[in-house]
Amino acid sequence: MGKAVAIIGTGQTKHGRRNDVSYPELVREAVKAALEDAGLTPKDIEGVVSGTMPSMMEGISDTHLYFADAICEVGKPVLKVETCGSTGQSIAHCGFYWVASGAADIVLVVGSEKMFEGDGQATMSTVADPWFLKPFSAGAPGVFTMQAMEWMHRFNIPEDKAREAAALISLTNHDNALNNPFAHIKITMTIEDAKNAFIITYPVRLLDVCPTSDGACAVIFASEEKAKKICKKPAWIKGVGFRGEEYFLGESNKSIWPSATEAAKHAYEQAGIKNPLKELDVAEVYNPFTYQEMIFYECFGFCPRGEGPDYVLKGTFTMKGELPCDPSGGVLCTNPIGASGLIRLAEAALQVTGKAGARQIDGAKLALSHAMGGIDQFNGVTIVGADL
Amino acid sequence: MADEKPKEKPREMRAEVTVPYEMAVGSNWHRFFEGLKEEKILGTKCRKCNRIFVPPRSFCPRCFDDNEEWVEVGQEGRIETWCYSNLMFPGQTLKPPFVPVQVVLDGTDMGFQHRIAGFDLSDFEKVRALVKFGGRVRAVWNKEKKGTIFDIDYFELVT
Ligand SMILES: [Zn+2]
Repeated sequence: MGKAVAIIGTGQTKHGRRNDVSYPELVREAVKAALEDAGLTPKDIEGVVSGTMPSMMEGISDTHLYFADAICEVGKPVLKVETCGSTGQSIAHCGFYWVASGAADIVLVVGSEKMFEGDGQATMSTVADPWFLKPFSAGAPGVFTMQAMEWMHRFNIPEDKAREAAALISLTNHDNALNNPFAHIKITMTIEDAKNAFIITYPVRLLDVCPTSDGACAVIFASEEKAKKICKKPAWIKGVGFRGEEYFLGESNKSIWPSATEAAKHAYEQAGIKNPLKELDVAEVYNPFTYQEMIFYECFGFCPRGEGPDYVLKGTFTMKGELPCDPSGGVLCTNPIGASGLIRLAEAALQVTGKAGARQIDGAKLALSHAMGGIDQFNGVTIVGADL
Repeated sequence: MADEKPKEKPREMRAEVTVPYEMAVGSNWHRFFEGLKEEKILGTKCRKCNRIFVPPRSFCPRCFDDNEEWVEVGQEGRIETWCYSNLMFPGQTLKPPFVPVQVVLDGTDMGFQHRIAGFDLSDFEKVRALVKFGGRVRAVWNKEKKGTIFDIDYFELVT
């Protein structure tokens, strides 16, 4: 894994429709908050990593140029990394590797998106080729719904049971978001609301699907020496894993999702985790779709294959459950895509440093964060801990 | 005054990006689309892992070997997975509702993306009663061929 690396500061904007600020101003909010959290100034930053979704999302290409000033990149080396939805984890890994290599001591990582300004589905459908996949595109929901259908079929999961569990996941996340000052969607809802909501791509309904959000997140990575000097309570990086899959959706089995499974396995090996359900205290799973969240639980070894709905229905992943998932309300309630995967890591870091406020899991010491991207193609996992 | 609140919300200004492309499909996919014009579905085979790819691949993504063997595959197959789409967004080719499907064509080893049609799709409960996992479907050809994926108009349910 290289040298030890810690997170010494995180910053998030208030997410939602942010037409009160321009895109660079939005990004600066997160950077400023992270610098303040770490007690640093821009001159302390040795390198910057930036990431967003496809540029058409906001109508400006190579956005790291547009907000060069907002991410403190003047006079510093800068990298941009894009892997669709998993961008947030990819840029975090990039920052981690930069510091772990010993080439820099303090690196700033910034992810952002301003989705209200363009058309999210129209932009995202351009990640598909124009000849084979795009003509049948039903946007992101279409891809994820086909995956969920395949999963239910393969493991003989009755549709009613999956729907009941999906509705409970929706309720849990929306309830959790009420405790998160940064969250976008803050509504009180019932299981019945989720089960009867408008159908987007059958069986996925409105409350099973993430919103589009404006928002940014910044995380500061530091070497062991600097972290111990600067930060009273750093969050240590315990493991990182990332895997890709073939381009064409039909070429790998998405019901057992090899990239998600292998990314987690790689991170667990580094962190020395054998039984994730018992050893992890909290997880921030990238959950733009309730049904997909259950597939992730299975891929990450939180429960046996095909038993995601059973574990959900017995409350395993609620705030009071054995392994609380997404105390932040998750991607389901807040989704500025280029930031979403980094928000998962920032939230995990807040948990293991006891700074998560009303959404804090008592005594959390080990946390998993994750993001998924592409046409079900990429998965990234980062595990953070309170102890080096 | 610096501390005075603005009377109006800052405005949004319209911007638009329109870019046409002429993209090379390469000889591999060219051959596939020429095949569709003759109502043939062509795939390529990896000599190392023996998998047959539709859409054809000029190389195997897992073995990274050149795929040099071409095969004509079946025009029927089984439904690997499907969904029912109600979602509309700019730039979409098909108007909702429609039924995207992954079909494993006879003689191939993976899902091929297309759509199921040929009956009333307006009521999803009716669609759900008809479309089954593992169910058989058959390619229905467009009379007019353009050498695109829509030379196969849709897949119909085989009953
Ligand atoms: Zn092969």
